[in-house]
Amino acid sequence: MSEQIKKFMYINRRAPYGTIYAWESLEVVLIGAAFDQDVSLAFMDDGVYQLIKGQDTSEVDMKNFSPTYQALGDYDVTKLFVEKESLEERGLTLEDLMPLTYEDEDDDWAEKASIRLVSRAELADILEQQDVIFSF
Amino acid sequence: MKFAIQVNEGPYQHQAADSAYQFTKAVLEAGHEIMRVFFYHDGVNNGTSLTTPPQDDRNIVNRWSELGKKHDLDLVVCVAAAQRRGIVDEGEMKRNGKSAQNIADGFRISGLGQLVEAGIQSDRLVVFGD
Repeated sequence: MSEQIKKFMYINRRAPYGTIYAWESLEVVLIGAAFDQDVSLAFMDDGVYQLIKGQDTSEVDMKNFSPTYQALGDYDVTKLFVEKESLEERGLTLEDLMPLTYEDEDDDWAEKASIRLVSRAELADILEQQDVIFSF
Repeated sequence: MKFAIQVNEGPYQHQAADSAYQFTKAVLEAGHEIMRVFFYHDGVNNGTSLTTPPQDDRNIVNRWSELGKKHDLDLVVCVAAAQRRGIVDEGEMKRNGKSAQNIADGFRISGLGQLVEAGIQSDRLVVFGD
């Protein structure tokens, strides 16, 4: 669709329902997937709560959009970096997050984990490598 | 250098709307190019013609319209964010059966693809918000 491929990073720093940033960020990711860029997502600070499993918004009358994260693999969005320190600071572990996966077309469609735990320092290096950074 | 600007916050509520304007103006004065200004989240409220600030205050909406006219800027309001927040042009008014339109002069409503495209085509995408 486009002639050049850039490294796109979407940084998610906010809890999923307190503001609309998380949901509208996801909308950009879904639209952006059609542009065939090299897309990564990062979850840090309260943004790690976006990936918590078992989200239930029925009591607050808001749309539970967490199932949408499970569809990201089908959109070829397969790199979700979660900052380890942000999880730890909130008393969370990888076990508390949705088990998001994708099918790797370069490896006989083997199912692989989309979530990659990285340290704050590693995430800084990853951000350094990006061409375009969206911050939500 | 070719810049794209993303404005994520509404006028008067948040300084990001002012900073985005001041930065855009400075970029143009320095002889660079602004390929697009994209308004997202509450930033879409920078594009409503119904804004009436007190007379002794800056008019943020008109300021964008004037800068846009002077430099032929592409001021794009995200359609999905605009629909949620009641920013409407003639097409949207007809499509959604609304009673009015309020898009300010020089702004246009379009899709999120315009933001992604701006990221691809510009040398720098600068985001204004928290």
